Amino acid sequence: MTLLLETAQLSKTFTLHGRGGLQLPVFAGINLQVKAGECLALTGHSGSGKSSLLRCLYGNYSATLGEVRVRHQDRWVNLSTAEPREVVEVRRQTMGYVSQFLRVIPRVSTLDIVAEPLRRLGVAAEDARKQAQTLLERLNLHERLWSLPPATFSGGEQQRVNIAHGLIAGQPVLLLDEPTASLDADNRRVVVELIHAARERGAAIVGIFHDDEVRSAVASRTFDVEHHHPIL
Amino acid sequence: MNGDLLLSVRAAGKHFMQGNRLNWACRDVSFDLYPGEVLAVVGESGSGKSTLLKLLAARLACDEGSVHYNVRSEVGAESAAAPTDSHGAGLSDLAGLSEARLRWLARTDWGFVEQHARDGLRMNVSGGANVGERMMALGSRHYANLRAQALDWMQRVELDTGRIDDLPATYSGGMQQRLQIARNLVTHPRLVLMDEPTTGLDVSVQARLLDLLRELVDQLNLAAVVVTHDLAVARLLAHRMLVMKDGLVVEQGLTDRVLDDPQHAYTQLLVSSVLTP
Repeated sequence: MTLLLETAQLSKTFTLHGRGGLQLPVFAGINLQVKAGECLALTGHSGSGKSSLLRCLYGNYSATLGEVRVRHQDRWVNLSTAEPREVVEVRRQTMGYVSQFLRVIPRVSTLDIVAEPLRRLGVAAEDARKQAQTLLERLNLHERLWSLPPATFSGGEQQRVNIAHGLIAGQPVLLLDEPTASLDADNRRVVVELIHAARERGAAIVGIFHDDEVRSAVASRTFDVEHHHPIL
Repeated sequence: MNGDLLLSVRAAGKHFMQGNRLNWACRDVSFDLYPGEVLAVVGESGSGKSTLLKLLAARLACDEGSVHYNVRSEVGAESAAAPTDSHGAGLSDLAGLSEARLRWLARTDWGFVEQHARDGLRMNVSGGANVGERMMALGSRHYANLRAQALDWMQRVELDTGRIDDLPATYSGGMQQRLQIARNLVTHPRLVLMDEPTTGLDVSVQARLLDLLRELVDQLNLAAVVVTHDLAVARLLAHRMLVMKDGLVVEQGLTDRVLDDPQHAYTQLLVSSVLTP
């Protein structure tokens, strides 16, 4: 299968200037390879750097050392050195991300938030909204919520909006940060099915799944971040 | 987000004399901007961000470095004569353009949204006339057309079209700001410069305006530079940001990377000082 995402000697250390330049090493020397159709689950205790690694893969955190390379259309983009507009393009077309917390945009309805990634790919407004409806229905988000901004939604409702937003565009690379953390069993099952469907269409997935049952249902491999802690 | 490079800033700087001492308001600023890209310039007051915006708008001339703009070829004959430079075909150094040419750009191809709408509006003519004015500068004289355009743009910025004949002074602050935006966008500029566009507005009005700006920028594939001290505004609107302190750029890059993983001591301080409700 085609390689879609890889890291080479990826290291992350935070430097806190407000604390006299305190260095907080998170991980070092990570070499990952994720192919189409694979789902790699990141494991390690809470605070071990799983989310930081995922954010590095998305280009949200900078790499202190090493590289993150993403296959974008028919070339490789190194996110560590790419121009911001290239990263924006890679995210638009190639890389989807489901974060733990929904960043709410004031006044924008749930339906429009979910439809937005499709709109950015040039899908007509009506069509994008229709697809958003289908996905929200699948995730059992009640129709009466669709026209509301999700600011006042419960944690589980917001998470489903977030999942729909992250999955709707069908990008070839997906990064999932605890997509089922606040969901009930029925909705967890739906998310598992959606992840399976994404793998079947050939997506390369990296995720953090706290729920053992979910992890074993979706992951094809695991990667323990704790084995890559820098030696202090 | 594609097309040819629109704006290229190279080591731009501006100084003022303070007594007999040279004081750099901003210095050594460099960046490129493409159509569809929104750049936020953040920093506290006195950091030089507004001076930078004036350099981009050619309201001030650079004392050092240069600002290059991709002048549309169909706009006039002068651009053909304008010297091209190493930045690529079509980019003209603003310092090399005539006053008339710069005025033309400012009235048609650029928008400038002032922090105080009163500074960007003509307060003694109606809301509709404010929108129509830039059209007239382009030679449009047909009254019915101008009015139709004004109505259309008032709708697009969610202004009550029933207020078209009222003076802007009778509008609320948020309405004036939306009128100013309509007035700027009616000529389909390719570059819009905004100086603290939401500062001083009520929070609810701010959110509505930000959402509107986000949509317009997207729809029209605008390039925009937004000066703001509000990091939430930067996050919502901008793809990239540039952090200024004491006239210098201390950090720049992808907006969410700068905000979530700031590298420079000053950016870290700025980000950690924000109150989140």
